Amino acid sequence: MTEIKNKHVQLMQGNEACALGAIKAGASFFGGYPITPSTEIAEYIAREFPKLGRYFMQMEDEIASIGAMIGASMVGHKAFTATSGPGFSLMQELIGYAAVAEIPLVIIDVMRFGPSTGLPTMPQSGDIMQARWGTHGDHSIIALSPSSVQEAYYTTIRAFNLAEQYRTPVVVLLDEKIGHLREGFDISQDLEPEIINRADFVDKAATSAGGGKYLPFANTPSGVPPFVPLGQGERYHFTGLTHNQAGFYTADAEQVATFMHRLCHKIEDHVNEIAEVEQLDCAGADCVIIAYGAVARSAQEAMVELQSQGYKVGLLRLKTIWPFPAEQIREICADKKLVVMPEMNMGQLAVEAKAALIGSGVPFHSITQVNGRLIAPAPIMQAVIEQMAEHSVKQGGGR
Amino acid sequence: MKRLVMKMKYEVRFSGTGGQGIIRCAVLLAEAALYDGYFAAQSQVYGPESRGGSSQGEVVIKDTPIYYPKVTVPDVLLCLSQEAYNKYAGDIAEGGLLICDSDFVQPDGREGDTVQLCRLPMLETARDKLQNELSANVLALGVLVGLTNVVSEAAVHRALANNFKAKILPLNLTAYQEGFQMAQSQAAALNK
Amino acid sequence: MEAVYEKYFRDNLPHIWCPGCGNGIVMSALARALDKLGYPQDDILLVSGIGCSSRMSGYMDLNTVHTAHGRALAFATGAKVCEPRLKTFVVMGDGDAAAIGGNHFIHACRRNIDMTAIVINNSIYGMTGGQFSPLTPTGKRATTAPYGSIDRAFNLVDLAKGAGATYVARGDVFHAAQLTNLLVEASRHKGFAVVEAVATCPISFGRYNNIPEPADMLFWLRDNTVTVQQAAKMSDEELTDKIIIGKHFETEAVEYCEEMARLLADKQADNEKAGDENEV
Repeated sequence: MTEIKNKHVQLMQGNEACALGAIKAGASFFGGYPITPSTEIAEYIAREFPKLGRYFMQMEDEIASIGAMIGASMVGHKAFTATSGPGFSLMQELIGYAAVAEIPLVIIDVMRFGPSTGLPTMPQSGDIMQARWGTHGDHSIIALSPSSVQEAYYTTIRAFNLAEQYRTPVVVLLDEKIGHLREGFDISQDLEPEIINRADFVDKAATSAGGGKYLPFANTPSGVPPFVPLGQGERYHFTGLTHNQAGFYTADAEQVATFMHRLCHKIEDHVNEIAEVEQLDCAGADCVIIAYGAVARSAQEAMVELQSQGYKVGLLRLKTIWPFPAEQIREICADKKLVVMPEMNMGQLAVEAKAALIGSGVPFHSITQVNGRLIAPAPIMQAVIEQMAEHSVKQGGGR
Repeated sequence: MKRLVMKMKYEVRFSGTGGQGIIRCAVLLAEAALYDGYFAAQSQVYGPESRGGSSQGEVVIKDTPIYYPKVTVPDVLLCLSQEAYNKYAGDIAEGGLLICDSDFVQPDGREGDTVQLCRLPMLETARDKLQNELSANVLALGVLVGLTNVVSEAAVHRALANNFKAKILPLNLTAYQEGFQMAQSQAAALNK
Repeated sequence: MEAVYEKYFRDNLPHIWCPGCGNGIVMSALARALDKLGYPQDDILLVSGIGCSSRMSGYMDLNTVHTAHGRALAFATGAKVCEPRLKTFVVMGDGDAAAIGGNHFIHACRRNIDMTAIVINNSIYGMTGGQFSPLTPTGKRATTAPYGSIDRAFNLVDLAKGAGATYVARGDVFHAAQLTNLLVEASRHKGFAVVEAVATCPISFGRYNNIPEPADMLFWLRDNTVTVQQAAKMSDEELTDKIIIGKHFETEAVEYCEEMARLLADKQADNEKAGDENEV
């Protein structure tokens, strides 16, 4: 019998890779409710967490799931859940609570076709705006979007790290296609990923042990107050009401404004550290395709094929959706002749990308597909070819 | 019958009825391809039913990274039900291979003249000879690998060992060998 | 008594409650109960929902969480499972626990997780100005039941018992000493304990139902409550519109955190065993 050529590789599903990433990141509480197409994550965690001495709970609904996660995180545990559109909608009120009470959480949203029950087993990048604005009021949030199974693993780890670093809920927007895709997973040659823990940010001086009174919502220069878990000697208060630095209700105009600005700026001011984009052949390209999630793979296939036909095309892949990397997009795309953006929705993120390019004069073309299928490379190629022709003509032709 | 040779990109679709282990079959092939050092992507389309209804699993195998992970034009199509044949046979690549269950699928030519057709009593063999109809999927995988050699025996064995508990592994190894042998005889008969 | 209040209350009083409100009586009963129980304050978790009563968490010098409407038990469940050492009390209102939080309430009962749920029942949504709740008695008036409520009300004691709570009691703010004792007993009980605390809301309930004076509401409670022992000797007819106070039910059942600990210990042991075998 012939030898096995690759002994380290495993066939793994995107959902499983997320679960594995959560375990690696040190997640110790999962609260969830079954929902297609995310359920494999709950099943994996239900099997593995008890062996590791960690807590898996199946709750009575998604509201209870995120409530329990917040409770777990408050007392110092890294908490997460996995859900899909309808469940994500049910969680929205408490996502706002977590944003305001600055509770680290990770929500893996395996996006299915919507609205409503939609097509539960089929993909759509339908929750892009729900992730950003699903809860009421101004706040900021982090949302990441992996394009492969292996990346789903590292993205989940990063989600936990960012949640701790910025004291915020973080959403992993995985579309059904990546959630259910199985492909090679081999991290045997990779460096150990960095794991960030809550204690890494707790300066002794920030606590009463250091002399002063611990302020759980202190206006620190970074905008992120250190988080001493509840029940560890600092008897303080959490509330969803607008609160002062000590955590108690306030309606004082100045304190409210200071709080709201800190809440938004702690993330938006660090967009360049948080938002990761991947550039493929963007330098020197005439046309840049902006894509994320599974669609980025179709876009890459389209790019390779177009390049083989002589087109100068690059790919700008958004690994982070929120905070939106508007400045990076502008820098990369402002001198191009064309930007196209395929999405498995009616152009939810194209609105943001287009806004980022206002004033640059770059023609922007949004490609949308809402039929429950992953966009194939062909319509992307076609759009690029057609748009290139159209805009070359407008710009004097001949190029 | 000439062997299909490995090329840059190889696309396989498995289709049948829910409960026949179609997706598992696709998983096994994808896993074996990884062990052989290829890139592989496996995905599926499924309805709400766990049993019954149509089931479809697909695998893309490449010697370079796979971007678009879906099958577009399958080089090989396996059909274990008439419904699956009716739905997918028209998509098969020119010069591709169609493997059908001879009892449950009656081809009507929609696959086209260039497609090589292989009809074998896979479900019957699993039921009567192996005394386990549930092993038909692994038997079918044996047929597919026997006809195409798309993955190595060692890789398939490793994949089987990874997917089945010790208690049912021997049955599945037997089913795989049975399918592989059926393919060999069929190939020999076709070559006569 | 002064010392008890000083110990358990933060320095951010006065509270927001109206004169004559029963919430303060429940809060002082809880403070006295905590004093009797003697748990270190650092080990006590007090979680509340949203509504008048739920402001209590802000006033008490404990580890406190003021959550979202109806969700207090969900938050408390996550915290308690992860940190079973925390003595956990959850304060909710009647609308909070029985309407918007009804699902969490029955499932917390079912899990039998070790905590004390205090449902302050003033028969009304007070903070929003007097709308009827699932615990408003049929026929009583509210701003959203101007002709008297046509809804049937839950009997929270029966609901909790039916859903699997292992300790169920009802007290009221007229009988504050008894309420204190019930809270002590509930907390000492291993499992999910429910204490319904029938309270007065003269502003949003009394005014609409011909009992606008705070003292009259308390007297009304005095005159319409009977003990579990008294009730046992009374006919159904005699018990109509009576509030039965005291311990209604107590039983033993597997407690959730202990069951979780057992599962984790078992699976970790299996895991270590499997690891050892692999090494061999």
